[in-house]
Amino acid sequence: MLRIPIGVAMAGWLALFATASALADDPPPVKLNTTADHTKFKELNGPFKSGPEVTKACISCHTEAARQVHRTKHWTWEFMNPENKQRLGKKNVINNFCISIPSNYPGCTACHVGYGWKDASFDFAKEENVDCLVCHDTTGLYQKPPGLAGNPVVGEPKELPPGSGKFIKPVDLAKVAQKIGKTSRDSCGACHFRGGGGDGVKHGDMDTSLAAPTADVDVHMDAEGLDFTCGTCHKASSHDVPGSRYTPTALDKGGAHIRGKDEKKRNPATCVACHDNAPHKKAKESARLNHHADKVACQTCHIPAFARGGVPTKMVWDWSTAGKLKDGKQFTVKDKKGHDIYASHKGDFVLGENVKPEYRWFNGEITYTLLGDKVEKSDKPTQVNRIGGSPTDGKSLIWPMKIMRGKQPYDPVNKTLVTPHTAGNDDTNYWKNLNWEKAIETGMRTSGAPFSGKVDFVETEMYWPTTHMVAPKDKSVGCAECHTKNGRLEGIGGVYLPGRDANPLVDKAGWVIALLTLLGVIGHGVLRIVASRKA
Amino acid sequence: MSEKIYVFKKFERFWHWSQAALIMFLMLTGFEIHGTYRNFGFEKAVGYHTVAAWTLVGLWVFAVFWHLTTGEWKQYIPTTEKVVAMTKYYLSGIFKHAPHPFRQTQLRKHNPLQRLAYLGVLLFISPLIWITGWLYLFYDQWAAWGLGSLDLSIVATGHTIGAFLMLIFFIAHIYLATAGHTPTSHIKAMITGWEEVE
Repeated sequence: MLRIPIGVAMAGWLALFATASALADDPPPVKLNTTADHTKFKELNGPFKSGPEVTKACISCHTEAARQVHRTKHWTWEFMNPENKQRLGKKNVINNFCISIPSNYPGCTACHVGYGWKDASFDFAKEENVDCLVCHDTTGLYQKPPGLAGNPVVGEPKELPPGSGKFIKPVDLAKVAQKIGKTSRDSCGACHFRGGGGDGVKHGDMDTSLAAPTADVDVHMDAEGLDFTCGTCHKASSHDVPGSRYTPTALDKGGAHIRGKDEKKRNPATCVACHDNAPHKKAKESARLNHHADKVACQTCHIPAFARGGVPTKMVWDWSTAGKLKDGKQFTVKDKKGHDIYASHKGDFVLGENVKPEYRWFNGEITYTLLGDKVEKSDKPTQVNRIGGSPTDGKSLIWPMKIMRGKQPYDPVNKTLVTPHTAGNDDTNYWKNLNWEKAIETGMRTSGAPFSGKVDFVETEMYWPTTHMVAPKDKSVGCAECHTKNGRLEGIGGVYLPGRDANPLVDKAGWVIALLTLLGVIGHGVLRIVASRKA
Repeated sequence: MSEKIYVFKKFERFWHWSQAALIMFLMLTGFEIHGTYRNFGFEKAVGYHTVAAWTLVGLWVFAVFWHLTTGEWKQYIPTTEKVVAMTKYYLSGIFKHAPHPFRQTQLRKHNPLQRLAYLGVLLFISPLIWITGWLYLFYDQWAAWGLGSLDLSIVATGHTIGAFLMLIFFIAHIYLATAGHTPTSHIKAMITGWEEVE
């Protein structure tokens, strides 16, 4: 029999104890990216009967959060452009997708960071009207269906739209609240991937393919690589998310951002903010490429196409063909992949995937055609927004753009764009009733603008600078795609592009003289041969 | 009766042929960059053109040194002597088997028209190509050199004019290489160094 000395046995036991106690002190196996485990807060046990009840619980600790949100565009949907004093924001602008918001709040405000914005009476001062969950949800269970003015379905399943027979399941608010965390591609994307009313519709460079993209779709968000969230670049402080479609930064001369320096003044979401103004260091032609950045936005070479993730984006939306019926009913026509290309309540669409952008000199200035601005129907499309920029203003770069084209209703007598009442469940909204006059009458009344009662359609264009879906460097746009005739930058003036440009006179004279010289020497040679034969 | 004289020394022949190859390659890649046709692809053409240009610069450093140290630069001093005779010869005499009006020697290896043509290349075409080419290469440095207001289209057009002049010279030069004492005597001389003269 093997005898183990008592001392050795004791040592063994001690060692076991030591291991056990070390385990108890180890950090939890799941690494939390926060110092607070929200499942441990009794305030979040619920049950919650509404969104604002959750918010009250949140702001009982995060005392300043709601008031911070109150100061942002995400809350006000209003933005005063300091450059041209235009009153912008989702509330005020007109686009050539679903057109406008004012008479359609309950539908549109499904994407508002608040609860209950159903009309102009919404109380913007109430802290509990802020929706914390829509941005901080990590479960993916939190949904705000259109039609409920930004409220989720709580308690009983709800039929939406009423009478449709489609029921939406309620959200367990306590569960969502206990699992809150930092924003993610999913939480931002819940609204921003679906701008314009559906996946990928509006931007072209933002759609659900960015929820977990490959490096080819977005080299920064690459789910198996850098795995950036939206907030990695759009780094917020005090709930104010930097980056703007109303006052974008077209040209950032400031170099890489040093932490703490100029943070209030500069946009941290530019390429330059991380990559500096001379970002090509290892490439073969790094000096030449860096010099390109004096004229060409990073995005122009590094985003070869938008809508690259398999989700199409709308390129054309023609409202003028809406209103057709089949057997007295609304209908849709779908393309091979099952996407709508016609819908009775919206008209015709042209969709695009892997779309090469169009290019423009752009200095960051955007001027909107707002309600009340005069609109003339002519051969030239009306610019829903006009971009500033020129090769010589010192503020512009050549930028890639999605240019959204369409036809939308306008008032041919007052010569203004109009704000039709589209969404809703009444007898004037267009989507249900298909009557433009009624829909525009209601919409314009809500907007407080005159309407002649006459409806016509005007061609429109709208500029969307492309900045997301940055490709890996080996997939960036090659030299010859611009340095050639009829290349990507055909029509971009103010720069001499070798391979595209030439002085036509020099070319013509050069080739003619060279050809004459050639003919001359050939003639001379022939004469010499003939002469020598004779001799 | 013909005799042979040694006109082109080893370095001179090496200079001539390597320069010829480089210039042909520069024209080939240059007109591709210009957008005239597609061969290597724009990016590669730019890379090759740049390497060939720097190689030619290197070659010229040696050539200039050689010309200065050997005194051979004097071969390019222009002269009006026999210019008219040479022109007449090319325009008519050559067809009638008239004697070549110029007799080559080691000290005067170029006929007066050659002297003028090469001097033109040296004083006009080459500087135009070199200056615009260097500016083109260092496009990204213009602002640092205080040339910020210079327009690329001017530099590029100048470079293109230089290229066309070089092409025209090239065509005439190749043909006139056959217009020596015999159709091949100039070419043989450029290869072996020995030229047949009358």
